Amino acid sequence: MMRRHRLAALALTGAWAFAAAAPAAVRPWQAVLNAARGQTVYFDAWAGDPRVNAYIAWVGGELAACCAVTLRQVPLADTATAVTQVIAEKAAGENTDGTVDLIWINGPNFYALRHRGLLYGPFAAELPNAVLVNRHDPANRIDFTVPVEGYESPWRKAQLVFIYDSAYVRHPPRSIQAFPAWAKAHPGRFTFPQVQNFLGVAFLEQALYALTPDPSVLQRPVSEANFARVTAPLWAWYDRLRPYLWRHGREFPASGPAERQLLEDGEIDLMPSFNPAEAAADVAAGLLPKTVRTVVLEGGTLGNTSFVAIPYNSPHKAGAMVVANFLLSPQAQARAGSLHGLGGPTVLDLNRLTPAQRAQFAPAAATPWGAAPDALQRSVPEPHPSWAARLVQAWERRYTP
Amino acid sequence: MSGTTLQRGLAPAPAPVAMPFWLRQAPRVTLALFLAPVAAGLLGTVLPAFGYLPAIGGRAVTLAPWRILFRQPGIGTAIGLSLASGLGATALSVLLVFGCCAHWAGRQPGRIGRSVLAPVLAAPHAALAIGLAFLLAPSGWIVRALSPWLTGWRQPPDIATVQDPYGLALTAGLLVKEVPFLLLMTVSALGQLPVARTLEAAAALGYDRASAWVKLILPQVYGQVRLPIYAVLAYALSVVDMSLILGPSNPPTLSVLALQWFTAPDVRMYFPAAAAALLQLAVVLGSIGVLRALELGIGRVGRCWIAAGRRRSRAAPVLRLAAVGVCGLTLLGVLSLVALALWSGAAGWRFPALWPRHWSAAQWIRQIGTVAWPLGTTVGVAAASSLAALLLVLGCLENEQHGAAVPARRSLWLLYLPLLVPQIAFLFGMQVLLTVCRLDGTLIAVIWSHLLFVLPYVFLALADPWRSLDQRYARTALCLGASPRRVFLRIKLPLLLRPVLVAAAVGLAVSIDQYLPTIFAGAGRVVTLTTEAVTLASGGDRRMTGIFGLLQAVIPLGAYCIAIGATAARRFAPQPTEGRS
Repeated sequence: MMRRHRLAALALTGAWAFAAAAPAAVRPWQAVLNAARGQTVYFDAWAGDPRVNAYIAWVGGELAACCAVTLRQVPLADTATAVTQVIAEKAAGENTDGTVDLIWINGPNFYALRHRGLLYGPFAAELPNAVLVNRHDPANRIDFTVPVEGYESPWRKAQLVFIYDSAYVRHPPRSIQAFPAWAKAHPGRFTFPQVQNFLGVAFLEQALYALTPDPSVLQRPVSEANFARVTAPLWAWYDRLRPYLWRHGREFPASGPAERQLLEDGEIDLMPSFNPAEAAADVAAGLLPKTVRTVVLEGGTLGNTSFVAIPYNSPHKAGAMVVANFLLSPQAQARAGSLHGLGGPTVLDLNRLTPAQRAQFAPAAATPWGAAPDALQRSVPEPHPSWAARLVQAWERRYTP
Repeated sequence: MSGTTLQRGLAPAPAPVAMPFWLRQAPRVTLALFLAPVAAGLLGTVLPAFGYLPAIGGRAVTLAPWRILFRQPGIGTAIGLSLASGLGATALSVLLVFGCCAHWAGRQPGRIGRSVLAPVLAAPHAALAIGLAFLLAPSGWIVRALSPWLTGWRQPPDIATVQDPYGLALTAGLLVKEVPFLLLMTVSALGQLPVARTLEAAAALGYDRASAWVKLILPQVYGQVRLPIYAVLAYALSVVDMSLILGPSNPPTLSVLALQWFTAPDVRMYFPAAAAALLQLAVVLGSIGVLRALELGIGRVGRCWIAAGRRRSRAAPVLRLAAVGVCGLTLLGVLSLVALALWSGAAGWRFPALWPRHWSAAQWIRQIGTVAWPLGTTVGVAAASSLAALLLVLGCLENEQHGAAVPARRSLWLLYLPLLVPQIAFLFGMQVLLTVCRLDGTLIAVIWSHLLFVLPYVFLALADPWRSLDQRYARTALCLGASPRRVFLRIKLPLLLRPVLVAAAVGLAVSIDQYLPTIFAGAGRVVTLTTEAVTLASGGDRRMTGIFGLLQAVIPLGAYCIAIGATAARRFAPQPTEGRS
């Protein structure tokens, strides 16, 4: 079994090495594979979701078998911990033997490291599987308006959706504008994670995108000159929504999974999620009742891509690149997309795959629980990372007693 | 007081021959192991609190971080919340524990009480908090038990019974966890006092039991449990994991705010975070100062009250209430753990079902593979740090009894520094020190960082019993020609076996409870059951937390059982009580 795996992997990597040899390959991939052999890669990844941890454990098993790379997940409660870690190492002058080899990262955390020059790269183009990535999707090239430029490699897609319990809710809100009226009719039955959480601030950003007269300003860094004017409609809308939120908008769940627990407990009927397949995967795992449904707002919702990046001082860069490459392989992407993996759309362009590879992505038997694939076509880009920080700050100032 | 004088009078004259080199060095080694990381850590917090941290662009010393700190929204509420929950929980725990001890004085609370307390003592704070949150939530067990037949609720009501803005749930959580700890400390301190004879004598003089306990036992026992009370106060004021789960989030307590800023993606928040950590330190030290002043005041008034000599009081019903309160809290603790156990095997468990509708072993099966490694690390680190702590503490105590210089004895107070200084205030700086020593991310670093917290508790658990042991046993043995080593091994250790084993069990439990130190010293690479549990708890998943929380609780629980079981079986229970009279 193991031998077959290894053979298949060799054949696979060989083929892609060949395909990728033509563009600006700084060094042959085989050299990276050789250097990676025997390395232990410490992968700092948010670990609040058991499904993610199980998936990373599976990736570790495959990598040990194919490439003699040991993958250790460093479980994080918050990705910012890894950012702080790299900065602390820089502070201590540890420039070659850092403790973080690979980080699951995007948005503000990427920006924080990239703009201090604390990331290794560009490396993404060196990965043989990079040619399979969907280039038509801007989110794979631009991370919260910051150009990726090869300093991180994509591995998952996320899009904002709303999960509701159809046992209690017949008509969920279909637009941001509809939320206050819906909440008034269902007082205390909706909330979103606290704004310091990425999903919480994403809900505010979604609302800002829908309410502000000219959303294109969100693609540029926030400026004090325009912040008040751009966000005025948001606060007016929020003041109408707030009294009807769960706990009257005074308390919020800590994270997405914590909010999922509230839905399971029956404390709320509607919640945001960044994974269009979360409801389907949760029903399959027995975590949510079969009455849940997923809805995408009209006019599109925020979509982004999760990446992996390598800190500048990682001693196992070759191993980290092998992991990043494996995460992009059709096999790993298909597994991630299945309901037994993580659920959610792939970052690959299916047209670039062989028919056999495409077959692995057989559309999950249409379940009533997840979001319809066509609804997901309409995704809108994330604002510049500076907006998130400024929104959180303003929200805290307005609504913290 | 007289006990100390007596000991000093009886202590053999300094005998350098009898004190080997390592023993003479024990306090110094201990303090060095302690002070270096704490001092480096504090420095690493103080400098950024005043704007100095070149790595992220802070090169000038300024007060700007403080200005930013006090401009943060909700900072006043956060400080008030920390004070209310911390002071409230400490005051109530002390009153409940003393009331309960007074109520049961002279009666045998028995082994049953102790074995019920053990799981609550052993369970990690985070796991207990998650179980308790489920009990108290509007969709939780208590409401489910009454719904819908009594309340008429088919959907949970929208009432903040956990994460309430006043921090009541957090206070309850702290009580559930700290009352058993203080009770254990008080009971073992009482074991060193001639309680029964004192009460008999008092009864002969016409005192009722409650008055006798409060007037005669309490003043004696308070001195022995003062440090545990300070430790509880410092902990309750700066707790992170429990307030994340049970406390409000907008704003949270001061320590959680500091942690959020320390880990904010915008690293400039680091400066106000360091200032908040220092402010947390000031809050803790200030509260301890106030408590000390209160002690002196109450002591002065209390002496007149005692001297007045009233024999009867109407306190008995109040004391019974305290005993009932302790029982209620213990019940809450045990139910929290039971709820976690049920959740670890629950498939579907929606409101208002009282029991899970479906059971599933899937979670356990999926986790078996991933649990082995953290489990091994957890046990290894806990055993190593507890053993090291036990050796160092025994070394220090022996050294002291061999007539060490008084300054050395005084400086041992510094051991409590890690308990009194909020973790958040020195862990980052300590991480920088470890990185410089190239130790970060190693097991040694994690064991060392755990030792900082394990050792004070081991010292707390052991120092008073050890010091209270009648010196005449040792002197008699020495006179009979036994070597100091033989006296130590054959007289003191067997006589004090129960406190030693309890101290070791406390050490294990403390080590297993450490979250922030493991994350910081282990550079996140050293994965223990606790790091897994808290990380998963941050996801709010009761099923996974149930699995990891149960596993976490089982190890120290086993140790407590051994400690209690081993000594309960002994015929000659230690009764070195007469030395104090």
